[in-house]
Amino acid sequence: MEHDIVVTMRGITMEFPGVKALDSVDFTLRKGEIHALMGENGAGKSTLIKCLTGINDFQAGEIHIDGVEGPVKNHSTMDAQRVGISTVYQEVNLCPNLSVAENLFIGREPTTKFGTIDRKAMVRQAAKLAEELDIQVDVTQNLENYSLAIQQMIAIARAVDMDCKVLILDEPTSSLDDTEVEKLFTLMRRLRDQGVGIVFVTHFLEQVYAVCDRITVLRNGALVGEYPIEDLPRVKLVAAMMGKDFDDLAAIKPEGSKDYSGEPLEIDAKGLSHKGTIKPFDMEIHKGEVVGLTGLLGSGRSELARTIYGADRAQSGTLKVAGEEAKIKQPIDAMNKGMGLLPDDRKEEGIIGDLSVRENIILALQAKQGMMRPLSPAKQEELADRYIDLLQIKTASKETLIRQLSGGNQQKVILARWLATDPDFLILDEPTRGIDIGTKTEIQKLIIQLSEEGKSVMFISSEIEEMLRTCNRMAVLRDGEKVGELDGELTQERVMAAIAGGAGDE
Amino acid sequence: MNDKLRKLTGKALFLPIFCMILVLCINVVYDIAQGNRFYDFFVISIQNGVLYGRLITVLNRGSEVAILAIGMTLVVSASAGTDISVGSVMSLRASLCCMLIAGFGVTSVASSADFACPMLLGILAGILMGGVCGAFNGTLVAYLNIQPMVATLILYTAARSIGLLLCNDMIVYIRTDAYGLLGSGSIGVVPTPIIVALVCVVVASLILKKTAMGMYIQSVGINKKASRIAGLNSKRIIFMCYVICGLFAGIAGIIASSRITSADSNNIGLNYEMDAILAVALGGNSLAGGKFNLVGSIIGAYTIQAITTTMYAMGVSTSQAPVFKAIVIIIIVAIQSPVVKAWFSKRASHKEKEAVKA
Repeated sequence: MEHDIVVTMRGITMEFPGVKALDSVDFTLRKGEIHALMGENGAGKSTLIKCLTGINDFQAGEIHIDGVEGPVKNHSTMDAQRVGISTVYQEVNLCPNLSVAENLFIGREPTTKFGTIDRKAMVRQAAKLAEELDIQVDVTQNLENYSLAIQQMIAIARAVDMDCKVLILDEPTSSLDDTEVEKLFTLMRRLRDQGVGIVFVTHFLEQVYAVCDRITVLRNGALVGEYPIEDLPRVKLVAAMMGKDFDDLAAIKPEGSKDYSGEPLEIDAKGLSHKGTIKPFDMEIHKGEVVGLTGLLGSGRSELARTIYGADRAQSGTLKVAGEEAKIKQPIDAMNKGMGLLPDDRKEEGIIGDLSVRENIILALQAKQGMMRPLSPAKQEELADRYIDLLQIKTASKETLIRQLSGGNQQKVILARWLATDPDFLILDEPTRGIDIGTKTEIQKLIIQLSEEGKSVMFISSEIEEMLRTCNRMAVLRDGEKVGELDGELTQERVMAAIAGGAGDE
Repeated sequence: MNDKLRKLTGKALFLPIFCMILVLCINVVYDIAQGNRFYDFFVISIQNGVLYGRLITVLNRGSEVAILAIGMTLVVSASAGTDISVGSVMSLRASLCCMLIAGFGVTSVASSADFACPMLLGILAGILMGGVCGAFNGTLVAYLNIQPMVATLILYTAARSIGLLLCNDMIVYIRTDAYGLLGSGSIGVVPTPIIVALVCVVVASLILKKTAMGMYIQSVGINKKASRIAGLNSKRIIFMCYVICGLFAGIAGIIASSRITSADSNNIGLNYEMDAILAVALGGNSLAGGKFNLVGSIIGAYTIQAITTTMYAMGVSTSQAPVFKAIVIIIIVAIQSPVVKAWFSKRASHKEKEAVKA
């Protein structure tokens, strides 16, 4: 084995019932490099990583790790940590009801000489660790009190602190804003210089080119190739991932922005608010219009949408839907008015993990119909088949449990759930987070298509480019308040300036 | 061959049925050891115009727990908690029913002429009482967010005493054949409790199958927040499960009271909640909520009764029976544990590999 190689995976094969998730995949990680693992949804990135960390029990292949004799087969993440492999996953896998310090040291708490947990030492060490990594937290507070971004940083801090040789970051930046991403990158570079091998899984191409040294591309469970970053320009990378030439994203928006101000109002909110999350706001959305909500993480984007939908009950103001006064106390009321909401937290608020793809698709339509009027089995099958086909959902069958699908395909199922209800007003909160480019493009096209069918869409995304491509108008939020709207020619510079606020604003 | 076996063992109902068969096998072995015919357990004869045999005893005596297990399954699925008040609610229901029929303060009536109110009314009021108790539990759990165990602990402690209060601290006897019909009587040759349990199971499964209720309950049990966003009224669904559980406790209460043609507040339904919870677990349902398997719970309920009946048939004394019951249950639960399951499937695949090598 070469001296500088820390992980070698050879011929890894992994089958799930009905699906070959990995077919004889090789992967090599060197010391002191940041190695991007790229591929579309269901390409096998997460599966490969789980083979390395002992979550998946692969059927064939070998793993060698520097400093460990013979082939290694981890059977749990504990095993993996013992040989120096730490992971931070796509979704935060920490305990929200424990303090930050407890989360950092869970399973390896400092003890006193009596064998009990030394809380003082734990808090001290945790505070030191957070400071080193420049994370602004009170380590004695419960983790749930912090934003998803901070939780993610804590998860990374925990992994970093375990003296790892290999750090795996599976979509760590999905929920971070630009400054936080930059902080993370600084940290990643520092660790790389210390000789840690870092595997970085992401869907953000810019980020790959910003920090990575090497790229391994997977497609449909098979290895496409391993490339030094300078040999694989962006266009070639996309082509390698998709197996075809890149569909030009910029072309999806029809030329010339249409003026919707003459169309009837679909949503007319006046002074809606929800205490603690969003200050009173007005919002008008015309029929067929796509309105974007933009702002930093935690600026109240999701909260504004949730208040309209009744996921958080509005405490003041009035709402008119298609010209009629609507009293919305809970989501079902909004649904009966023709609304739908795809929430940003897919795991917590989107999927019903242990139900099948079919049941997940029909759930909202069934809820609208009421318990006593079940959809016939034939109708259910037909709906499931239609949307699996329409959105190209990759699943072994429609009876597969949704939690067995990859993140992007889960998202498509949730999207199918709402399309099945034929909504007049659809709220999409980060629909493309953690999703590959191909699917992103499809979702963006779908938004345009809905708009052409005369349906209104509210679109929230952290990627400004994506919103520029689809939105007719944008509302800007800052610190829990709607601060303005942008229409006419939307450019990245204008939007950035509006989000940042301060001098020169509006 | 091996593939077929794996498919079979992969079925949700495999383990509950396997455990049931295990208990039945113990009977066969015991019979052989005793020099009886090996199929003695399964012999059904007709005595005094009613079906008779150990199998019938299991079905008959297991009725109450089977009925309770229906409601318990739904409660566990929707709220990831258990309703420990069902045994006490059975007792309260019996007390209310007997008190209404006999009249307050009367301890014994022997003919329908002395009834203070029509029997049917008493029974219905009793079942309704179960529903009211369920609604009480449901309100605490669904709307006040109290942990199910704590919320139902209230009626677990109080319901029996309220029953005693209603009966003026006495055991009230309704010594008429009509009142005994549901518990100790028979319809045709079949003991009534078996029929009542069957009707309950069929009605419950039909409702779950023919409406979207089953999916609603599971959806809420798996992910309450996501279900709400998708338009389900999570709270109302959890509340509904507790009410249903209470109603079934009411029905189980009638049978128990009718068996002894009286309302013995201190003993009716004693420890039944534990058997009902155990039945749900034996049925392969996770007590953490989510997906449920009603048929599994019912099989679980009868398995528990089969264990008890087997003990008595073997001559184990009433006071010692729980010890042996515990041993059998430890074995059954261990077989169903994921660790043991994984060990078995690993061995199976290992053997398969060796077979391939050979």
